[in-house]
Amino acid sequence: MTPADLAAQAADLAHQASILAQNAAGVAAVAAQNAPPAAPFVYLFSIFVLAIFVGYYVVWSVTPALHSPLMAVTNAISSVIIVGAMLATGLQGSIVAHLFGFFAVVLVSINIFGGFAVTNRMLAMFKKK
Amino acid sequence: MNQSLTSFAYLVAAVLFILALRGLSHPTTARQGNRFGIIGMVIAIGATYLHGGMTIGWALVIVLGIAIGGSIGLVVAQKIKMTALPQLVAAFHSLVGLAAVFVAASALNAPQSFGIGTPHHIHVESLIEMSLGLAIGAITFTGSLIAFAKLQALLKGTPVTFNGQHQLNAAIGVLIVVLIIAFVASGGSFLLFSAIAALALALGVLLIIPIGGADMPVVVSMLNSYSGWAASGIGFTIGNLALIVTGALVGSSGAILSYIMCKGMNRSIINVIAGGFGNSGDAGPAGVSTEGKAVKIGSADDAAFIMKNASKVIVVPGYGMAVAQAQHALREMGDILKADGVEVKYAIHPVAGRMPGHMNVLLAEASVPYDEVFELEQINNEFATADVVYVIGANDVTNPAAKTNPASPIFGMPILEVDKAKTVLFVKRSMASGYAGVENELFFRDNTMMLFGDAKKMTEEIVMALGH
Repeated sequence: MTPADLAAQAADLAHQASILAQNAAGVAAVAAQNAPPAAPFVYLFSIFVLAIFVGYYVVWSVTPALHSPLMAVTNAISSVIIVGAMLATGLQGSIVAHLFGFFAVVLVSINIFGGFAVTNRMLAMFKKK
Repeated sequence: MNQSLTSFAYLVAAVLFILALRGLSHPTTARQGNRFGIIGMVIAIGATYLHGGMTIGWALVIVLGIAIGGSIGLVVAQKIKMTALPQLVAAFHSLVGLAAVFVAASALNAPQSFGIGTPHHIHVESLIEMSLGLAIGAITFTGSLIAFAKLQALLKGTPVTFNGQHQLNAAIGVLIVVLIIAFVASGGSFLLFSAIAALALALGVLLIIPIGGADMPVVVSMLNSYSGWAASGIGFTIGNLALIVTGALVGSSGAILSYIMCKGMNRSIINVIAGGFGNSGDAGPAGVSTEGKAVKIGSADDAAFIMKNASKVIVVPGYGMAVAQAQHALREMGDILKADGVEVKYAIHPVAGRMPGHMNVLLAEASVPYDEVFELEQINNEFATADVVYVIGANDVTNPAAKTNPASPIFGMPILEVDKAKTVLFVKRSMASGYAGVENELFFRDNTMMLFGDAKKMTEEIVMALGH
């Protein structure tokens, strides 16, 4: 085998490798397009299911005497939906998105402040003998 | 702030929310828990700000929104009467529901803000999550409004029923599912989005109108649960961990409370949701015949005399106490009796009042120490050793028919066994039957004395009589 043959073969292999690389890049690009931007659904769903179990055990340990404050405080914390409302208002988007976001911010702010304040008011009343 | 740091902040917020609920296991730790909740919320809001990408102008608009909403919330929370708590909570639920609808609408309009695609090219799974959040949010919104109106007496508490009601609801439910599928297939059609919203709003109304006023504790708990699931739906849409976790916590909390309420009435959740319960004012079917039986009627002086000579008095408050605002007079009565060496305890039935734990809050408001207040299982054995039971504004929860009469609509419901006490004093406005429409045979027993009158006025008169 002459050095020239070797060089030709090497060049051929290099060419094939570059085609393969291009294909791989293409596949990766397609995969990237199909992949969800943030965390995959299964991952979020696992957290969701585990959180239901945490909620189940934590709520059963709540004393029945404090079930009213429990409702008020769960109400306040479910208003963490404000993070969605803030992103809708603050990030670039259509004016409709901004407006809906703003209304949502106002609504859940009533809930956050009102919910925590009324819970605090209730809990302050519970006194021992 | 980079992505993983923001995610970490949301995780911290979620953990603090869990601790907030955990604190409620005892009154001594509850206020600390509430502080954890507030810190968690501050962290979540702060992380969203620092996440970046917001223009100064819109960031200020958000601050303005929080200031407007926050001041309304604070004023309402300070002004609200404790007797009106159930309707306040219902109103708050409606706001979470509506906010979920709004956030879903803006996510549809500006998906790039949440990284779920571009307009008309939104990821399929995001569309599914979005439409679920939208539908549950819309049902929560109108359902809570109806519950609010019933509790606030803007609407009559009587169930609204008509033929084919359940079939109609089922049909709307199926239609919503079909529209969600069409919506996802269309890649996010605004028209279908609006149709889902409109139908879900209507369904929220239709689901709650057949449910009677006194079943509202279950409804409020159920809507509490719904608001959690709606929040989770939106959490999945925008991929936010704090929102998913919190929604799950709230969802299971509301579900557990509904379960406890239903168990307290020995009714299934299906039976409550189907509604139509408690619409009759007449005596229940196969009730005890009470024709011709006489009741013993007493005065405030009689009641004062009996209680003064007792060594143990158990007070059983019900919704009637809340309506009459009698809790302060009740505490005064307890104070005088305690000063005279009488042991005073309070017994709370799980479904007393119009929301879970409502009676406990009202008694706490009147400065009744929480270690004098007991739940059904804790105190039921003690009625046999009590000299006097003072039943104020409660009826069905003391009715022995729940144990003895299989034909009674309340058969199987756990009751406070007040009939075991030596003397039962019943404060009632009239002989009218309770919510379940069942006659209470307890009224006609030899050891029962009826005290007819307004709960507050009667208790105040007893306080006066005890005074001298």
